[in-house]
Amino acid sequence: MLPRIYSLAALIALWALAAALAQSRLLPGPLAIGATILADTRSGELPYQIGWTLGRVVGSFAIAMGLGIIAGYAMGRSRTVDRYADPWLVVLLNMPALVTIIFAYVWIGLNETAAILAVAANKLPNVVVVMREGTRALDPDFDEMAKAFKFTRFLRIRHVVIPQLAPYLAASSRSGLSIVWKIVLVVELIGRPNGVGFVLGSAFSLFDMAKILSYAISFIALMLVIESLLVQPLERRAIRWRRRPA
Amino acid sequence: MNDAQSAGDAAPLELRIDAKSFLSADGTPVEVVRGFELRLEAGSFGALIGPSGCGKTTILKIAAGLDPDFRGRLGVPGSGRLGIVFQEPRLLPWRTVEQNIRLALPAHEAASDLTELVEILGLGSHLARYPGELSLGLARRTAIARAFAVRPDFLLLDEPFVSLDDAVATRLRNELVALTTRTRTTTLFVTHDLAEAIQLADRLFFLSDRPTRIISEKTLPPPRGTRSGDVIASISDEMRLLVSQATAEAKRGC
Repeated sequence: MLPRIYSLAALIALWALAAALAQSRLLPGPLAIGATILADTRSGELPYQIGWTLGRVVGSFAIAMGLGIIAGYAMGRSRTVDRYADPWLVVLLNMPALVTIIFAYVWIGLNETAAILAVAANKLPNVVVVMREGTRALDPDFDEMAKAFKFTRFLRIRHVVIPQLAPYLAASSRSGLSIVWKIVLVVELIGRPNGVGFVLGSAFSLFDMAKILSYAISFIALMLVIESLLVQPLERRAIRWRRRPA
Repeated sequence: MNDAQSAGDAAPLELRIDAKSFLSADGTPVEVVRGFELRLEAGSFGALIGPSGCGKTTILKIAAGLDPDFRGRLGVPGSGRLGIVFQEPRLLPWRTVEQNIRLALPAHEAASDLTELVEILGLGSHLARYPGELSLGLARRTAIARAFAVRPDFLLLDEPFVSLDDAVATRLRNELVALTTRTRTTTLFVTHDLAEAIQLADRLFFLSDRPTRIISEKTLPPPRGTRSGDVIASISDEMRLLVSQATAEAKRGC
């Protein structure tokens, strides 16, 4: 934990130094940003906008993970499914985020459904690829054991399959959270009347660097908290059986 | 292709494999078993003995119902509830010893009392540990406990004692004899070790090279498990002679 704190402190010190040297409205120092964050938190503006963004992140993350796990598992298990679905996957993988977003807004309308689906569609292929790899790496010896002892489907999924997929689940949810929140900002910038992306868009037109930095930093801090309070403990729990090797 | 059936409690284990082949890496079929026929009376302990790579594990997998892709017929004893011990213990490393054993139980027996079984196998103090913390001997014991915990109608063991040191292997063999004698489970045991087979089994089946079939069978006089070193040695000599004659005849027949 300590090295992490030192490293972050060094980053902030470097920033303060650069701001002091530049003495420009375009690079406010850490203290100015801190003041902006505090003021906007008091007024309720910052929590409100971050709340919207976080809601979209959670929604599209859940959809992308849910569908991606199912599709990736199916493609990893069955060669036929893989052969048919792979071209679609390649198309989705190479579709620029902006194109998906524009299609969603044009076809579905400038609404929440379109925003969340557009983000989910951008994250989905990535989850599918990781989960397909994970499924291919499942040990057939364990399948045989489960079959010989007549495990029910529920037991097999819970005790045989999911523990083997856990590292892949952790990897795709980690990279997932960061990709998703970045795309959510783009979606908000283009077609939503609230959220961090919307604020950044209006601040950009005013060259309000203090606002841009304070919102960006607040959200990064929030994601750090989620990562260390939610993702990491779950991961530790999933691998606790490796704690004391013989 | 084949049909599995189950009958009353006294039904023997019957396995007939007319042909079983694999596709090799270059796509040509390789025949591994041909004209194999085995009948094992209910409650007896049979040993399949053959050289490494002769298809023993293939036969065992078919007997376990794990590989339906063969020509022949499989008739299993009782209601067909199976206990199996693989060559590698195949324990779930993310579940404790106790969870590994209990997971194999049918849902309505999941809470049943395992104390006695666990004590016989000396696992009492290890139930809360993960397989990664166990020695190979303990992991094998856990796998054996799992197979007996389901109270199987028949039991399959695939060289469960290889790469154990002699003392541990001997202890485990004695435990296996004790357990099978008490439960009178129909057991099929695969090994390449003739002395081990003679010590454990009522009936020996000698396998040929590929394509595998049974070249010789022998029923051993009871009681099993308590045969002394001398008795095992003399039976081994007799068997070796018998098997080499049978092998020679089989070659002439070709």
